[in-house]
Amino acid sequence: MSVKARQRTGWSLAFVVVVVVSLVPVFWLIMLSLKTPESATDGSFIPHHWTLHNYRDIFNQTVFTAALRNSIGIGLISTTLAVLLASSAAYAIARLDFPGKQTILAVALLVTLFPQVSLVGPLYNLWRQIGLFNTWPGLIIPYLTFALPLAIYVLSTFFREIPWELEQAAQIDGATPFQAFTKVIAPLAAPGLATTFIIVFLICWNDFVFAISLTATNAAKTVPAAIAQFPGVSQFTQPIGDIAAAAVVVTIPVMLLVLLFQRRIVAGLTAGAVKG
Amino acid sequence: MTGDSIAAPAAAEATATGPGRKRRLSDRTRAERRLAFYLVAPAVIVMIAVTAYPIIDTIILSLQRASLDKPGQNAFIGLDNYGYVFKAHLFWMDLIHTAVITVISVTIEFALGMLLALAMHRVIFLRGLLRSIALVPYAIVAVVAAYAWQYSWSLDDGGWIPRLLGITGDPLSHQFGTYVAIIMTEVWKNTPYMALLLLAGLSLVPDELLEAAKIDGASTWQRFIKITVPLMKPAILVALLFRTLDAFRIFDVIYIFSEGANNTASLSQLSYSTLLERLNLGLGSAVSVVLFLCVGLIAFVFIKGFGAAANPATEAH
Repeated sequence: MSVKARQRTGWSLAFVVVVVVSLVPVFWLIMLSLKTPESATDGSFIPHHWTLHNYRDIFNQTVFTAALRNSIGIGLISTTLAVLLASSAAYAIARLDFPGKQTILAVALLVTLFPQVSLVGPLYNLWRQIGLFNTWPGLIIPYLTFALPLAIYVLSTFFREIPWELEQAAQIDGATPFQAFTKVIAPLAAPGLATTFIIVFLICWNDFVFAISLTATNAAKTVPAAIAQFPGVSQFTQPIGDIAAAAVVVTIPVMLLVLLFQRRIVAGLTAGAVKG
Repeated sequence: MTGDSIAAPAAAEATATGPGRKRRLSDRTRAERRLAFYLVAPAVIVMIAVTAYPIIDTIILSLQRASLDKPGQNAFIGLDNYGYVFKAHLFWMDLIHTAVITVISVTIEFALGMLLALAMHRVIFLRGLLRSIALVPYAIVAVVAAYAWQYSWSLDDGGWIPRLLGITGDPLSHQFGTYVAIIMTEVWKNTPYMALLLLAGLSLVPDELLEAAKIDGASTWQRFIKITVPLMKPAILVALLFRTLDAFRIFDVIYIFSEGANNTASLSQLSYSTLLERLNLGLGSAVSVVLFLCVGLIAFVFIKGFGAAANPATEAH
């Protein structure tokens, strides 16, 4: 009994440590964003003068509002394209027997881990020649380099768990393979598709290397790049409050997605790690 | 063209004459492969188009004298760029920075990730909440994570860490402090992902086996080392491989912290600054190719190790 109790205390302590360590830096950012510019560096956890000044400030700057629009638009388009293309490929990988599918999965996996900076030079060069530099397609295309393989990989693990027999049953009832896909499998696959969409979107939302290399102005600059280049009061001071407020704004949707879809995201991230 | 491709299946069926059973099977197999091809082709074509073109172009550029501030002077110079890279002190320094950050952060992430995975596996109350909160660092934008930690570390910005530790000098003004801050950010951000990959492995360890060992008198540590670790070896190797490759390309966190100042620049930083700040496409591409080859080498070593280590694990059954 006392051993059990001690174990319970141990795990409870671990729980508290995880919660504190995970949330302290985020809490620090939120508090920074609520401080007045004069007190931003006072080092206190709780602001002495609460203010929403920083938030009003960033939403009055087109640098930030344009970046927010770019991040959302580019992220949604890249993710949609990647998930659309990946869904048919992942279906084939999960359901059909054909040579080379292990190769496709292995290559997809390696491409997602490819150093993105290795692609930046030629893209920068080519984009400037053909007018894609600093445009939405100019970021969407490079985002596909990691979004598409990631989508293929995560989706095929989800598709593998769908019951095979239903598709065969539909085919016996006279459905073509294509009908079996759209009428039977697609609805079953919808949760996996949604999860893949979230995971891929988070990765696009997170990109920094392509965003600072292939954009120059409000026309296509995404939030991570915009935050890193926020204009300060002078060349030598960083606008801490503005950066903190912008960081909080881009973190809120991420937090909501994670809290709402925690179980599915965990499943999506881990399913592929252990091959049966 | 269109007529050909429609007629082709019919012709194939007509010519395929063999023993009845075998022919039926191969027809089905062939139809399945054809469908698979049509389903896979669009994704594979797009993947090759968006990835292979820049990779091949990087390799070609790395063999040329190509600088954007000297247009029209491009020329093939063989492996000269590589010779220059390997002779440059800066390259070796940045390779060492990258290796140090990668090895230390992945090691710490592995140790903490294992503890977190065990906690997620064992904790029964509020398990969903624990997982959600642990996912926050993973899901947060890397640039945001970097700023959160930078403001926590920076003495000038009133950070809480120097005051907590009683440090008087700015930790971010020298190499050691910057290293610690960068590694801590990496560890904070990536430990949850490591833990999730390990958690997937933990769930494969049967409880009965651990229970039996406990009855036989094995201590907690013995059970962990002799049963849990061998059984989850594949998951461990996958987790280490993913995180090592990801850590080796580190860019955003260092960019925010120091832009590579205080001798903490990574290979990705070197490649970026050579390409886009010095506009030397040839040299920068050579660095990119070397970075790419390093990643390939790491993957190769891991996969070799993976194959070798996975076999004894299955034999142990």
